[in-house]
Amino acid sequence: MGVVDEQENLTNGSVPPLRQIQVEGRTAPISVAERVEVPEFVDQQAEYEEFDDTQPEWFEQIMRTESLSISFAGKKAVKEVSLPVNAGEVLALIGPSGCGKTTLLRSLNKLVDLTPTASREGRILLDGTDTDLYDDTYLRRRVGMLFQQPNPFPMSIFDNIAYGLRERGSKKPRKKELEPVVVESLKRAGLWDEVKDNLNHPALSLSGGQQQRLCIARSLAVAPEVLLLDEPCSALDPISTTIIEETIVELKEDIAIVIVTHNLQQAERVADRVAFMYLGDLVEYGTAEQVFKAPKAERTKDYVRGDFG
Amino acid sequence: MSPMPGSSKGTSVKARKRRARQAAKKSQGGSRKVGKKNSWSLLDRVGLATAWATGLLLCSIAFGITIYLAFKGIQYINLDVLITSPEASTEQSETGGFLDPMVGTVLLTVLGTLVAAPLGIAIAVWLTEYGRPAALARFVEAGVEILVGAPSIAIAIFGLLIFQQGFMAPFSFAAEGGEVFGRSFFAAGAIMSLIALPFVVGGTREALNAVPKHVREASYALGKDQASTIRRVLLPSARSGIATGTTLGMAQIVGETAVVVVLLGATLQIAPEGTVPVLDIFKGTGSTLTSYVYQNSPAGEGNAPEKAYAAAFVLMLIVVGLNLIVNLISRKGQQQWG
Repeated sequence: MGVVDEQENLTNGSVPPLRQIQVEGRTAPISVAERVEVPEFVDQQAEYEEFDDTQPEWFEQIMRTESLSISFAGKKAVKEVSLPVNAGEVLALIGPSGCGKTTLLRSLNKLVDLTPTASREGRILLDGTDTDLYDDTYLRRRVGMLFQQPNPFPMSIFDNIAYGLRERGSKKPRKKELEPVVVESLKRAGLWDEVKDNLNHPALSLSGGQQQRLCIARSLAVAPEVLLLDEPCSALDPISTTIIEETIVELKEDIAIVIVTHNLQQAERVADRVAFMYLGDLVEYGTAEQVFKAPKAERTKDYVRGDFG
Repeated sequence: MSPMPGSSKGTSVKARKRRARQAAKKSQGGSRKVGKKNSWSLLDRVGLATAWATGLLLCSIAFGITIYLAFKGIQYINLDVLITSPEASTEQSETGGFLDPMVGTVLLTVLGTLVAAPLGIAIAVWLTEYGRPAALARFVEAGVEILVGAPSIAIAIFGLLIFQQGFMAPFSFAAEGGEVFGRSFFAAGAIMSLIALPFVVGGTREALNAVPKHVREASYALGKDQASTIRRVLLPSARSGIATGTTLGMAQIVGETAVVVVLLGATLQIAPEGTVPVLDIFKGTGSTLTSYVYQNSPAGEGNAPEKAYAAAFVLMLIVVGLNLIVNLISRKGQQQWG
């Protein structure tokens, strides 16, 4: 059957695998051509113009949410949030605890879907394509994530980085083939010089800051286009934090970065754009300068001045 | 020895430091100064004294058993009893050694563990990582708990019931009338795996539960599915827990008597059944150190108490050895995340 053939081609080639879903009465899977359609940047930009009247320059949206709502067991944690993520930029999500910023972040790679009680409304688009059309595993390769706690796997430094590249947990491809990617990833994460002589050491023997950079390298190895950071420095000392922040700024050239942080100074240091959330609502979105220096909303003003949160 | 803290003389620096640490920890919680016993209420002091007393009592009982067995055992143990098979005799000097029961213990432990380990790990993984439908998970959990709680003699009799069924004949042997004997290393090993199973499940579950959620998520975030996450991240993380549980299960098998008596025949020597080499041993009957000790103790019929003491000593060495291994593994410990 044609459908089956197509599916096989999809999983073998570089084209993303598809879930066979029903879209607006269609029973067959959407064709490749339709799916990898080039997003219409101009239109999208127009749609979000209200967000960005201070910087009219052209930017490329790699990801965006459209009226995204997420509820846990009926309780809404994120309410109708429409938010663009631009390529080549760092977007910081700020707001008091429980405002839904982490939930929003985790929805971008569908980690939220792992929570049984979670339900979602609205769309998340990656490169103009609804992420519901992608397999979760495929989406997560394109949208990487770094967690609050450093969490290397209990294996060697090398194997940690190679983990995402190996299929189905098998040992293949061989070490030799993976080595260039592993080295490159470690270099980009700024860890290479410290670990180049002991790639076979257990990753958990590294210090906390090194572990977190290892986790960055691990994410980079699968070549994501977007990297989600969930308070990546909250468990680290100031020196490690500085190194990680420098790495973030370097990485944004190639990878769009979304960072959730409680640390406003950090947001100011690394972010190009800032989204302020409060009680599940996206209250304000703008350039970092605008949000911190001239916030429009009263809530934002209070928060960035440290009046609450 | 004084049961009160702070008053014992000649405590090591280490112990003092530990106490100081504990005191510091406690004083963070409440306003009461733990270091000064004067401030303790009478009830607390009595409670502490009781805790110390029972603890020391338990220690002395454990050491008592060990020392008694070691004393008696070393007295009667020699190379001869370790390398000769047991013989039936009314004279203690002619009853031979307990080579066969030792081999039996090893065979049965290996057999039981080989079944229990993969099964237990699989159950634990299912319970912690899937566990759906919830009702089924609870049911499985209850089943494992029943296995811990059930008297081993009941499990053994149940095993006999099964292995005496006609279709089970290949695992022991059938008499001419068609009746299946139902006692063999196969039968005993299978049922022994049930004795070890809860420990494997428990150890593995505990270890899997100790892996933080974000470690699983980190694997998913790299585009891995649940199967490869379990195989490549979770099971390696649970290594030490699995090893601990399995070793504890082995110790249970080594120390088990009822199953041996009911399902292994508790024959004096290993009695192969059939003509296929190696397989005949597993189809045949035998005994273990536990059943040997029972039979040759004054309680049994063998009437060779000296041999019983020697065998009991060996048995205890094995169990203590296994427990040491457990301690070593657990000390090396679970992987730690930030």
